[in-house]
Order: sequence, then C-alpha cells, then structure tokens
Amino acid sequence: MKARVHVMLKDGVLDPQGEAVRHALGSLGFSGVEGVRMGKVIELELQATDAAQAEAEVRQMCERLLANTVIEKYTVEIA
Amino acid sequence: MKAAVITFPGSNCDRDLACAFAEMGAEVTRVWHKDDALPAGTDIVAVPGGFSYGDYLRCGAIAARSPVAAALRAHAARGGLVLGVCNGFQILTELGLLPGALMRNAALRYICRPERLIVASTDSPFTAGYALGDAVTFPIAHHDGNYVIDAEGLARLKAEGRIAFRYATNPNGSVDDIAGVLSENRRVLGMMPHPERAMGMTGAQESADGSAFFRALCAAMTAA
Repeated sequence: MKARVHVMLKDGVLDPQGEAVRHALGSLGFSGVEGVRMGKVIELELQATDAAQAEAEVRQMCERLLANTVIEKYTVEIA
Repeated sequence: MKAAVITFPGSNCDRDLACAFAEMGAEVTRVWHKDDALPAGTDIVAVPGGFSYGDYLRCGAIAARSPVAAALRAHAARGGLVLGVCNGFQILTELGLLPGALMRNAALRYICRPERLIVASTDSPFTAGYALGDAVTFPIAHHDGNYVIDAEGLARLKAEGRIAFRYATNPNGSVDDIAGVLSENRRVLGMMPHPERAMGMTGAQESADGSAFFRALCAAMTAA
C-alpha cells in the first residue's frame, strides 16, 4: 500500500520561496500569477493492508516527524 | 563545571563551542549523536551549528529525533542548562524545547557576516554578563534563520522577557528582530548568531564580545 503526504506551510505563514517563484514567473511573462505556495510531497511504501490503519499510522508519522506543525499543515492520501 | 558538546553528522561548530567553554575553564566532553546518555554531572549541553544530517527534511528535524536527543530532553526537563547555536537553535525548536520555528531567510540568501545584536534580557545565566541594551557583535552564518512564532506566542515571549537578543538591523526577516530566545525556566537558550566565534581568538578583526557570554555562563555554573 502506498501513502502520499503533502506538507504545506500553514495559511498565514509567509512563504519566501513561493514569493520568489512568483516573481520569476512574472519576469518570464506569466503575468496572471497571484500567489505561489511551495510544499513537499513525501511518498511512502507501506506493508499495511488496512487503509484506515495505514492512514492513522501515517498521520502519527506526520505529527512526530514529517511535518513541523508549528508552521506546516499536512494531508494524507492512501492508495 | 561540566559542558557536554554534541556532534551530529554535519555539525561544524562543535569544536568552536568546545574551545569557548574550555577557554573559560569548563571541563568539556564531546558527545556523539548515537550516545543515549550524557556524561554524569553534565551542567550544560551545547548543541552546535552546522548542517546536521544534511538539513534533510527540515533543518534540525532528524537531529531532534536522534538517540542523544532523548537524553538532551531529559537533561532540560531536570532544569539543566542547554545552549543551541544556529543549527542547534533549529534543533531545539524541532525538539519543542523552545517555541517557534526557523524558516528560510526572507531574502532567500545564505548570510555570513558579523552582525550587531542588542541584548534584550539579562535575566538568564547566558546573558547575565551584559547590561540591558548592550550592543554586541557575533557572526551569523545561516540560510534558515528567519524566526517565526504566532502572535500569541510572541506576546508571551515579550511579556515574560524571554527574547535574549535582537538584531540591530534585521538580516533575515525574523519576527520582532528576534535573534535568540529563552525557555520558560530561562535555562535553555537558542540563538542564530555565534558567540563561540566571537572569542577574540583569531586576531584583531574578530569580535571578542562572546567572551562575556561564556564567562557569565561558566560563572553561573560554578556558583550553582
């Protein structure tokens, strides 16, 4: 079973990298970009066969390591 | 007085910290990241700058889950002194020993230069050697020193006088110009600038403002 974790900065936390990318897109002529937020995608290969159990475990991984919940939020997809 | 300096894979200021403590007469032990205990009688644990575990995932994230981190957490819980400089500050926030987090510098550039700081609290063993409002110059060398904390957390730091140092001119976007913060019990300090690189050891160009920092710290440990 695979899990995909998306880690993003929380709303309201300024994203200096996203801002820099937005400016760079503007300089390439893409004028309609109003905001860019950058995050991480983490793919996990799991032995688990129960989706609900796997999701609960991956959420624990997010809380304890994969995300810094002071500044980041996360979502978990199980596939 | 006994100082333990931790070395993680990728630490590069561990020796500087060990030298600074030794210069002030401390007995210094070097501790490896895989050690799960600190030397008996350790008064202060120093968490050095560098790029622990290659800054993988987030700066300090892996170090904060390493074997020695549990011993560090227990030392802090006993009221032991902890100093985290640069990557060490990032590690202490990842450990939850200090509030907030350190993000990419606002201008996205790595900054390496002497930086003027203002002493914002003298009520700690780390800053007792200065007067409030003193200007000191310590080098900074970081890419991720942009301190963030929510409004409620910032209000608390201010009300409790836990901001130890502020930048005279903000180099990295840190909220409220914060360069270093203290824990609730004032026994844990995290700071991005490097007092251990300002010991006046390497010639006339180098600031010696860090000497008062380590002298006061070692005096506090001897008195305790």
